Amino acid sequence: MKTFPIGGIHPSDNKQWSKASAIEAMPLPDTVTIPLAQHIGAPAVAKVAKGDKVLTGQLIAEAASFMSANIHSPISGTVTAVDLVPNAQGLRQMMITIKREGDEWAEGIDRSDELVKECNLEASEILARIKNAGIVGMGGATFPTHVKLSIPAGKKAEFLIINGVECEPYLTSDYRTMLEYGERLIVGVRILMKAIDVKKAFIGVENNKPDAVAHLRELAAGVEGVEVVPLKVRYPQGGEKQLIAALTGRQVPPPPALPIDVGAVVCNASTTVAVYDAVQKNKPLIERVVTVTGKHVAQPKNLLARMGTPISALVSMAGGLPEGDVKVLNGGPMMGRAMVNLDSPVTKGCSGITILDGREAQRSAATVCIKCAKCVEACPMGLEPFFLSKMSKRKSWDVVEANRVTDCIECGSCQYTCPASMPLLDFIRTGKQTVMGIIRARAAAKK
Amino acid sequence: MSILLFTVLTLCVLGVLSAVVLYFVAQKFKVEEDPRIDEVEKMLPGANCGGCGFAGCRAMAEALVKRDDISELFCPVGGGDTMKAIATYLGKAAPEKEPRVATVRCGGTCEKRPRTNTFDGARSCAVASSLYVGETACAYGCLGYGDCVTACAFDAIHINPETGLAEVDAEKCTACGACVKACPKGLIELRKKWPKGRAIYVSCMSRDKGAVVMKACKAGCIGCGKCEKVCEFGAIKVENNLAFIDSDKCRLCRKCVNECPTGAIKIIGLAPLPKAPKAAPAAAAAPAAKTETAAPKAGPAAVKAAAETAPKVEPVENKKEK
Repeated sequence: MKTFPIGGIHPSDNKQWSKASAIEAMPLPDTVTIPLAQHIGAPAVAKVAKGDKVLTGQLIAEAASFMSANIHSPISGTVTAVDLVPNAQGLRQMMITIKREGDEWAEGIDRSDELVKECNLEASEILARIKNAGIVGMGGATFPTHVKLSIPAGKKAEFLIINGVECEPYLTSDYRTMLEYGERLIVGVRILMKAIDVKKAFIGVENNKPDAVAHLRELAAGVEGVEVVPLKVRYPQGGEKQLIAALTGRQVPPPPALPIDVGAVVCNASTTVAVYDAVQKNKPLIERVVTVTGKHVAQPKNLLARMGTPISALVSMAGGLPEGDVKVLNGGPMMGRAMVNLDSPVTKGCSGITILDGREAQRSAATVCIKCAKCVEACPMGLEPFFLSKMSKRKSWDVVEANRVTDCIECGSCQYTCPASMPLLDFIRTGKQTVMGIIRARAAAKK
Repeated sequence: MSILLFTVLTLCVLGVLSAVVLYFVAQKFKVEEDPRIDEVEKMLPGANCGGCGFAGCRAMAEALVKRDDISELFCPVGGGDTMKAIATYLGKAAPEKEPRVATVRCGGTCEKRPRTNTFDGARSCAVASSLYVGETACAYGCLGYGDCVTACAFDAIHINPETGLAEVDAEKCTACGACVKACPKGLIELRKKWPKGRAIYVSCMSRDKGAVVMKACKAGCIGCGKCEKVCEFGAIKVENNLAFIDSDKCRLCRKCVNECPTGAIKIIGLAPLPKAPKAAPAAAAAPAAKTETAAPKAGPAAVKAAAETAPKVEPVENKKEK
């Protein structure tokens, strides 16, 4: 069975808690807060002011540049504030607050459940619809999808890759999406193939989801060029570069090279469903599936929530926080960020909420490096995590940069595998951030 | 026996030959270096802290000798005396700078700023601040993991376990600025060093609105502007909901301390003014003059007079030490 060539780990997937629960729609929230920056790139520019009436699906913030995304109102009601609000990390961020009044939708959105299979639009029209709908990568990286699909001149896409790997432990939102929205997914794949003009599409699914593989294979049977590929369970297979390597055997060169340089365009499974909604139903990205899970959660669930719904509402829907000290993660245990503010909203990149109790979350005390090189072995990008971590701690930014810290995908495999429990990624991340800043400053100085 | 003799003789001849060759090579490729650089380096403290902006004391010494105008160069560790001695030796005009001291501008003790969560990542301020707001709800305050402590080469800054805040030992601090660079929150400022460790400063860096500050911390600056109004010397400016006392303009009159509703203005080494009735500003100024050591006479004008003499006190004291 296929997998990526170097590094990786195999943590227990813990998907059993929420795997079996079907997607359940959340009741409409009374108020929502919509951050203007919920994608990579420039924050969107607010198009509404305090006191404005908005409809569900109406554009409320416009992409500030090419590398940005539109944002639409997830409910109908009145804008009560456009102000700084604490986000999940407790840092204050510009958000639009809307108070709900009824449920009125903007014109032109098809709300029926009917599956529209045919798509007669031109590639440029498809792209324009995706861009208008404000679709970004919903696996967590939140890269604007229209940017990914705009193939630069002189380059040619050869494959479309649909990322249904969901290698992150605990999370099951993509899994449930593939099972329940499979038909929409397959239509979405065909639309994307048309948009980038490719004849071949792979849907990569890890082998711990055999029912999803079987279901998608059945649906894709009559569709030309679409192949569902089961992959060996290995973290971080859902990383864009790892998935390309696993499916095509091609290696994406280091930055600034992009997957398109090896002819691949990668799109997450949930994103593909959102593409279907945007192109066939004219429905912007205003809701997504969020897994709320954990060993001690009363009723782990996969919830279809509107953007901007407070996380606390989702948590109480799943039976509330367990007793005692807990760690709430926005995302899974490997890539997720710990939250300090449960009133923060569901955003486009929020695929799950993982709740760990104090004991599960506890990190062992760090000891000294025993030079076992397990971190080097685990790194899927072929880096030397201990060295990068040590040099970041020493602030030797030139050394850190020369050793390609910018290649790090922050998957945390090094830290997971370290027998000395060293906080390797913590320091590498600061090193990466600083080096990125240095590179940007250098580029700005050249101009 | 002859083998031994032969070996020793050959080595001796080789040694002499190499010495002669090396002598001529050394003469030919001799690097002319100003001998004064060595002398100046000896005069510098040798801490190699980088506080002057150079890689170390040697690089600073080179710059001091080579540049004609050394008014921009200053060794914060050696201070005015060292710079004067070096300038006299080199026959150049001595750069003058008032002594400074690092000041941590956060008053959010464990008591005043309740902890809302526990951080289990690497114990580093840089790491924590890159991840999230910190263990309290204030996004601007001291994180207390001690990046400044690691950066300090003079053992002058420590985390107080009771308050959870970084504290500067004014005696040991040389104002090299290493901690200023190390603090990811930008909390540390180099302020004018008054005699006997006296200081008045706003111990808060929060640029949030008053209501937000109050929720997170009981000792924060809410940007009410009362201190700005009461200051007679134009030393206080409120910008972005945050008061700032310019230490070069401040005369330590202490009026602002009593005005501050949250106690964000900290006073060190001085007794606060007795709370006087608001009606008579002159009366409020009078007791100020009495407690001011450098004030020669009482009265409303005394504060000003005291203030004018105060900065001049230091150079005099420095001379005495010499």
